[in-house]
Amino acid sequence: MILHAVAATALLALSGIAVAVFPRSILAFLLFQGSLLVVYLARIPNWLRWGLLGVALLVLMPIIGAYNGYYLEVATQVGIFVALALGLNIVVGLAGLLDLGYVAFFAVGAYSWAIFGSPHGNIAFGGAAFPLAPPWFFAFLLIGLTVAAISGVLLGLPVLRLRGDYLAIVTLGFGEVIRVLANNLDKPINLTNGPKGITPISRPPALGLSYGEYFYFLVLLIVVVVVLVNRRLEDSHIGRAWEAVREDEMAAQAMGVPLVHAKLLAFACGASFAGVMGVLFAAKQVFINPESFTFLESIGVLAMVILGGMGSIPGAVLGATVVTVLNLQVLKGFSLWLNELKNAGVTVLGYSLADLPTQLEPAKYERMIFGMILVLMMIFRPQGILPARRRQRELG
Amino acid sequence: MHMDIPLLIGIFPQVLLDGIILGFMYALIALGYTMVYGVLEFINFAHSEIFIAGAFVGVEILLGLKQAGVLDGLPWPLVLALILLAGMAASGLLAVTMERVAYRPLRGAPRLIPLISAIGVSFFLQDLIRLVESVWRNSFNLVYPSMDSLNVRFELTETIDVSLKALVVIGAALAMLGVLHILVNRTKVGTAIRAVAEDQAAASLMGINVNGIISLTFLIGGAMGGAAGVLFGVQYGLINPYTGFIPGLKAFTAAVLGGIGNIPGAMVGGLVLGLLEAFAASYLSLLTGGAFGAEYKDIFAFSVLILILIFRPKGLLGEVVRERA
Repeated sequence: MILHAVAATALLALSGIAVAVFPRSILAFLLFQGSLLVVYLARIPNWLRWGLLGVALLVLMPIIGAYNGYYLEVATQVGIFVALALGLNIVVGLAGLLDLGYVAFFAVGAYSWAIFGSPHGNIAFGGAAFPLAPPWFFAFLLIGLTVAAISGVLLGLPVLRLRGDYLAIVTLGFGEVIRVLANNLDKPINLTNGPKGITPISRPPALGLSYGEYFYFLVLLIVVVVVLVNRRLEDSHIGRAWEAVREDEMAAQAMGVPLVHAKLLAFACGASFAGVMGVLFAAKQVFINPESFTFLESIGVLAMVILGGMGSIPGAVLGATVVTVLNLQVLKGFSLWLNELKNAGVTVLGYSLADLPTQLEPAKYERMIFGMILVLMMIFRPQGILPARRRQRELG
Repeated sequence: MHMDIPLLIGIFPQVLLDGIILGFMYALIALGYTMVYGVLEFINFAHSEIFIAGAFVGVEILLGLKQAGVLDGLPWPLVLALILLAGMAASGLLAVTMERVAYRPLRGAPRLIPLISAIGVSFFLQDLIRLVESVWRNSFNLVYPSMDSLNVRFELTETIDVSLKALVVIGAALAMLGVLHILVNRTKVGTAIRAVAEDQAAASLMGINVNGIISLTFLIGGAMGGAAGVLFGVQYGLINPYTGFIPGLKAFTAAVLGGIGNIPGAMVGGLVLGLLEAFAASYLSLLTGGAFGAEYKDIFAFSVLILILIFRPKGLLGEVVRERA
């Protein structure tokens, strides 16, 4: 135990120093992220575990951000996807409803703030009342949550009677409908400004922090709330009803679980997390267009949930982190590195890298990554990397 | 609102023809979904990539012939037969491999597990095609070289004409649907396929090699998808690795529309959806005075899917698959 405690603390400190010494090294930052996982898994007292994680996320991460602002951006993105993965985890992991159009709720949240929080509102509704004052942002976190939850219920009502695989395709269709609408509702009324997107979207008052730090802390706060809500939901009455529905609908119904009610709640809960994050995403990006809300994003979030383990909260957090970092850092880093080698005229086994086709951009192969994650996990480890405790007990 | 009635009537035959071509395309793709669903009760989400892989094999052969300088010298039926066969063979084999690698290990798992795997295969293949073409041609947006002899147009009336290409696409699709119909309903192999679809355990007790039949189902469905891909390329020209996704989704809609698992249903569903879409694309803008344009045709197709699933999940001709409790 003491050995674990010392090792975990040392690793965290060392990796933090490593990032400070080599602020541009992707490996150092990966080491830092890995050390967080080690701390989480190490056999140390809980106060030490959460203390270390708290220090790492609240103190070390902003300091790292001061050395290399991009890392703070990565951490913020990770946070956004953690919240999305946790939301989808309720629908897919707990209730067992495969939702392939999850990003639609994210879009609903994002557009709700984008329209009212930018001058575009004047074009959509006339007048000169928009953008709303920045503090409205916080109200819109709740409004986005509500609107997304309502659209979750609206989608859920007609489709919940369907078999699982049909449900998946219908949610996929729903996601595409939302995207096509966002793309085309620039006429007859210009609501979304079509493919050109909406900008500039107001940001909340920054309280003296830089926007990078501000959004990092805001996302962290929301993620903590989301994790706590998830923890409470999991062991609650409704959480157990969801898992009963997932395992066997008939049996659940026979035991008195109201099927439609439970499924609707799952849709609404999952959607509401996405809605909140959508509002935040819109403010963070300042600019949104339909390209941010494609089927690819839905599958990306699904891959996060599957990788970590369906129904598992730590799994969703881990999955979201790994996939986001893979996309933002590893693929891009590999791309940059390859380009440097190309420009330096390096040859490998007599083949000059400068002859590599220009259209071969390794950063663009995120679909391949998502695809491999989904197939390999389904075949070799369907319970995920960090399986849900209840499932572990069932299988063990 | 002013409506140009003569214009609406004038374009009608042309729209009808477009709809029929699109419909046969959907029907050919839908067969792959419906046959696999009939046998395994499983949505082969990656069928859209089987389809586009066929289109890529076709374009590679055409480009190869063109670079060799023989494309214009060969008679078009020969070239077309060559690319159709090659596309069908490649797509069929791809489908069989896919089943062996990604689906067979998951047989018997809960319904959603193989579906998630299929989504993964679909995404993987899209980028694999992109990777191969990027390395090979340094471009993954390819255009079918035009074959002049196929672009001959026949004037039916003063305003309506039809290209030889369109007739060839319709003819080829009809021929393939006919062959498939005979194969499934009149041959011994077809009886075996239907037996496996009905009850796998009983079929295997009757001495049918169930795994072999499942592979064969994927082979046939994949070959149909590959043929559709080649015809799609010949008809519409431009393809890229992601082109297959939306037609695939619509073909799935067609399969559900006709009643999934039901082969004639897939043909009917494909035609109905193709016609609906063609008319939506041409008339929506005219009827609403430009407020809603052809962009909404995708929404139209998905709405059809959602409505049919809610109100008549067995499809127009009835679902062949039995509902599992």
